[in-house]
Amino acid sequence: MTAPSRVRAWVGLRRPNLLLATLVVVGLALLDASGLAFWQGLAINLAIFLILVVSLNLASGFTGVFSLGHIGFMALGAYISAILTLPLREKADYLPRLPAWLAGVHFDQLVGPLPVGWLAATILAGILVALLALVVGSVLLRLSGHFVAVATLGFLVIVRVVLFNADDFTRGSRTFSNVTPYTNLWWAWGWAALTVLVTWRLKHSAIGREMFAQRADRWAAQAVGVTITRPRLVAFVVSAFFTAVAGSLYAHFITSFSPTVFYFDLAFRVITMLVVGGMGSVSGSVLGTMVVVAVAEALRRIEDATLLYGMSGILLAVFFILVIIFRPGGIMGQQELSWAMVRGILGGRRPAPATAGSGPWARDLGTLHGGSPAAELPTPMPDDGFEPS
Amino acid sequence: MALYVLQQIVNGVSAGSLYALMAVGLAMIFGILRLINFAHGDIMMVAAYFATFALFAGLPLPAAVLVMTVGTILVGLAMERIAYRPIRGAPDVATLLTSFAVGQILENGVLLTSRLAGQPIQIAFPAPPGLDGVVALGSLTVPRVNVASFGSGIVLLVLLSLFVTRTRLGLSMQAAADDLTAAQLMGIRVNRVVATAFVIASGLAAVAGFLYASQAGQINPYLGFTPVLKAFIAAVIGGFGSLTGAVAGGYALGLLEVIPTALAGIADILPPGSVSPAVHDLLATLFPAGLASYRDAFVFVFLILMLLFRPNGILRATREETP
Repeated sequence: MTAPSRVRAWVGLRRPNLLLATLVVVGLALLDASGLAFWQGLAINLAIFLILVVSLNLASGFTGVFSLGHIGFMALGAYISAILTLPLREKADYLPRLPAWLAGVHFDQLVGPLPVGWLAATILAGILVALLALVVGSVLLRLSGHFVAVATLGFLVIVRVVLFNADDFTRGSRTFSNVTPYTNLWWAWGWAALTVLVTWRLKHSAIGREMFAQRADRWAAQAVGVTITRPRLVAFVVSAFFTAVAGSLYAHFITSFSPTVFYFDLAFRVITMLVVGGMGSVSGSVLGTMVVVAVAEALRRIEDATLLYGMSGILLAVFFILVIIFRPGGIMGQQELSWAMVRGILGGRRPAPATAGSGPWARDLGTLHGGSPAAELPTPMPDDGFEPS
Repeated sequence: MALYVLQQIVNGVSAGSLYALMAVGLAMIFGILRLINFAHGDIMMVAAYFATFALFAGLPLPAAVLVMTVGTILVGLAMERIAYRPIRGAPDVATLLTSFAVGQILENGVLLTSRLAGQPIQIAFPAPPGLDGVVALGSLTVPRVNVASFGSGIVLLVLLSLFVTRTRLGLSMQAAADDLTAAQLMGIRVNRVVATAFVIASGLAAVAGFLYASQAGQINPYLGFTPVLKAFIAAVIGGFGSLTGAVAGGYALGLLEVIPTALAGIADILPPGSVSPAVHDLLATLFPAGLASYRDAFVFVFLILMLLFRPNGILRATREETP
């Protein structure tokens, strides 16, 4: 294979995919040219949520380790990149007590119209956060079930406390503003496409299959030599990188924010999208994000019109509970949308139901109701003392 | 100095009473259903709102407390019946996520109601006259509400332990916590036991909510979030699922929490000349005055350490079924 064709194969540029990509690009170009600021903003928002949901799916849906702390990574990505891109003069006015090594840094260079400084700052923020995730993950990923969820929630609280108190870097509880609005449709959707692509490739790679294997049945996985923590950690770190990127996009989109944004409400919103889409399905995440963003936006408008603030939160949470009770696999379960399935739907045939037991993962899994197979064994094998699951 | 230490201990114990009241409810529901009921904090918040609106309506304190307790228990029962019963037996994460959603519903519901009632997001709690002011114990001054927290905490927890160990319903609750299926096979009506657990947990959370609001002086729909996390930590310290453990864990956490606050700026609190300048400087560097605001971060680092190294509680090294 020649190098370009190898790249094409990796990206999956077959004709239908190419068609879809072209459609998205044309749609974005039209939207960009239209000058409809509201819809452009909504599209950028959608792309940021896409990155958050797809990468949370990687960390949680693929591995079964539920992380509630990802919004902490997003917050760090937002603050790190925003501090890095702040122009020198504003930095001196705005964050006068930054340590010297940081005060002289400014990633605000442009090459032509391209904000390469911001790109570098975003990648740097991603890498720093990924390194932190490596440390945090190698400690927390030993836990399982709801205990890892609560421990990661603890991480979110810690990040928040630090952001509130590290005044010299973050201005504490005061709003961090004057961030240059670099984020546009192309950057947001470009990063979203990259996230989807990388996650998709990971799902079908050897390490991706290890992620699903240890989630499906950790005893069986261990018996065939799949470690538990390694795939979990890979998923956690890669996902933290993209979550931090989403933070940088967010920071340079709304341009002013405070630590209060990055907390439980946002985490819950992202989790809703993930569960609605289906834990373990990349295309499900995309669909779930689109559905929930659309519903939330519609509800927000109704709320604004009727002044019944709180109504949208209630309805979304009720919707979430209904999904958990009646369709625990979400829209897609663990399956992926394929062109054959789309043709089937278009041709009037019903797609395979996204419920437990379908697909190659015979025993369940994409669903929240799967139950741990270990729990069904009459005499569970002795724990290796590795994790309190 | 001794006075300073004593004062911090009193603060710790009074905060610990609140955590114990909350942690017992969490542990009780976890013991029976293996559900970490995150909405427990929001139940406490709902109680604070019931109390506030009852006091606003001009009810005398005992009537307001009664309205609050009954109202909160009804909300707790509805929550169990509508949201938790359909997913009973589902995997851990599904039930945990459901409890988050229930919490969101309660928060937004309260937000909506208090808006419709023409109230701002943050309401000043109409502190009942009996509860403000301080009590002087020797040279120690303790806010009256802290004394009330401690007192009501002890009384309620003693009553609870009598109920659990001496009554038929309490014993069937213990049986259900031990093995839900076996209890059911022995003819214990599980739904009744679960409902009882939610009644007790919500009642205790109601008292905690009232005391919390009296201490904080103001309420908002999100006030339950940190307390439920703290209660969770308390329950973990005590070994999740154990009621006595949860109580002990609550007080332990209360005391543990005052350590960063007590140590913050300790160098300036020490009487001048009591330590050498070198020690003074060392203390000032180690424990700067800003340390206190990092308190919650310390507490959660502690939680993570607990989950990693003592997931069955400080005292219990092993148990056949790890949490």
